[in-house]
Amino acid sequence: MTSHAFTERAQGLAEDAVELSQGLNELAREAVGLAARGAETSGTSPLVMGITVFVLAVFVGYHVVWRVTPALHSPLMSVTNAISSVIIVGGLIAAGAGGGSGFSEIMGFLAVTLASINIFGGFIVTQRMLAMFKRKQK
Amino acid sequence: MDQNLASLLYLVASVCFILALRGLSHPETSRGGNRLGMIGMAIAVAITLAMLPEIDFVLILAGVLVGGSIGTAIALKIKMTALPQLVAAFHSLVGLAAVFVAAAAFTNPAAYGLGVPGQIGAATLVEMSIGAAIGAITFTGSIIAFAKLQALMSGKPITFPMQHWLNLGLGILTVLLVIWLSTAESSVAFWGIVAVSLALGVLIIIPIGGADMPVVISMLNSYSGWAACGIGFTLQNNLLIVAGALVGSSGAILSYVMCKGMNRSFVSVILGGFGGETVGPAAAEEGEKTYHQGAAADAAFMMRNAEKVIIVPGYGFAVAQAQHALREMADLLKAEGVEIKYAVHPVAGRMPGHMNVLLAEANVPYDEVFEMDEINRELADADVAFVIGANDVVNPSARSDQSSPIYGMPIIDVDKARQVFVVKRTMASGYAGVDNPLFYLDHNMMLLADAKKMCEDIVKALDQ
Repeated sequence: MTSHAFTERAQGLAEDAVELSQGLNELAREAVGLAARGAETSGTSPLVMGITVFVLAVFVGYHVVWRVTPALHSPLMSVTNAISSVIIVGGLIAAGAGGGSGFSEIMGFLAVTLASINIFGGFIVTQRMLAMFKRKQK
Repeated sequence: MDQNLASLLYLVASVCFILALRGLSHPETSRGGNRLGMIGMAIAVAITLAMLPEIDFVLILAGVLVGGSIGTAIALKIKMTALPQLVAAFHSLVGLAAVFVAAAAFTNPAAYGLGVPGQIGAATLVEMSIGAAIGAITFTGSIIAFAKLQALMSGKPITFPMQHWLNLGLGILTVLLVIWLSTAESSVAFWGIVAVSLALGVLIIIPIGGADMPVVISMLNSYSGWAACGIGFTLQNNLLIVAGALVGSSGAILSYVMCKGMNRSFVSVILGGFGGETVGPAAAEEGEKTYHQGAAADAAFMMRNAEKVIIVPGYGFAVAQAQHALREMADLLKAEGVEIKYAVHPVAGRMPGHMNVLLAEANVPYDEVFEMDEINRELADADVAFVIGANDVVNPSARSDQSSPIYGMPIIDVDKARQVFVVKRTMASGYAGVDNPLFYLDHNMMLLADAKKMCEDIVKALDQ
């Protein structure tokens, strides 16, 4: 074995070792991340938690909405419209984040604007409608 | 702010939203409920802002100010007859906002704690694309619904060959794009999903006819909720999931109620092609049928001498803006000791509960307004049934004629009253394009005029 070949092989081995250690590092970081996540949700994945909340909320919605008097179905539509605009929280995070790409801030700004139209419009028009429902005056 | 505290406050906001819907079980509690809804929204916004590590207030303030003032101005100005269009327009905004939030999360995931670009989790990408896809469908679908309601485009169903196969193909394409996105995190896939969903929204709504609008608008209401849910899953935000689920199930229930009111299955509504076209073959075959035509004086005389009058309003009454004239007429009759009740069919008007709002606007007390099921048995001992601007919802062939396209639809049995008056502009058929045998009954009198004009004429006749 020539000394040249030897040094080349040694260099190759060293490079492999660096790569391996980097891989280990990454693994460790991932493990820490996973552990943190696991601790946060006590072993349940966020998706499962989300599905739990979702299914329970659908049941609550089902029972509450069946009790709504048919006379108030129009206000029901406009108020649910306003409520679904709670999506504004997603827009606020992007618009207020700073440091992100300019594009995501613009997306956030547009989402905040559209959702605000809906929130103000939805609640006010509902209030206007409900104010008109009066009992018989005797 | 502490993450746990924030989550608890989000829970408070969720409960506020639930109570807002709960309040709508009675008119007296509804106003308080609506205020709770506003409080819930304020809490949600405040908590989100408090949780941001660094805030760039400029964009947020600009967005809220611009959006808030536009929304307020529209809500204060809108006429109650245009309510269905307004709601459709609002739905489209929620849909578009969902697309924007999904796009922001896709391009700047770090802001949401979802990792860095190129390393977003597969589950998150799937949730993100579901939010964006439903949002995009809601957006364009609502725009089409708005255009149909505002008469910017014809209410006729638009159908073409292979339509449903095209929709199915686009649906499958969307699923494939979602798979591509979740494995490769390609921005082409993301925007592809948005583009295909935008097209799907148009294609889903165009074949649905004008008569089915109450179902469509409730369905889009539901979609806007599911879009919020999808975003909630993406951002792991329970408040969004709860609010979205509430809205989604509410819209689904309203769609069901509307379908039942028309005796139509949800599937057949979605497949579309019903209503908007005037078919009316029966009338032509049987030749001219005879009907009694009356004048305002006849109606005034009969109603003044009646003990009980039941008024059945329909969409034509809303179009003619006849609510105030009708209320004046009812007041004069009440002053003469006549008992007045209003009967509202679940699908009267163009959105759920539309008639009730219009009657309330004309200061009709809500305890004089009854649902179809509550009042149907009373019609047999009513002296007069006064049908104004309604047609298909009082068509007796829905009860008896098995060949009728509206057979099986629940109707208000006005033909059981001792005398019927139908206020209508012409003898043309209604939205469903079906001839109405009620018009040719011996104890029915047609009052062919604009609804508002006719009410005013009856008021004059009563004054004499």
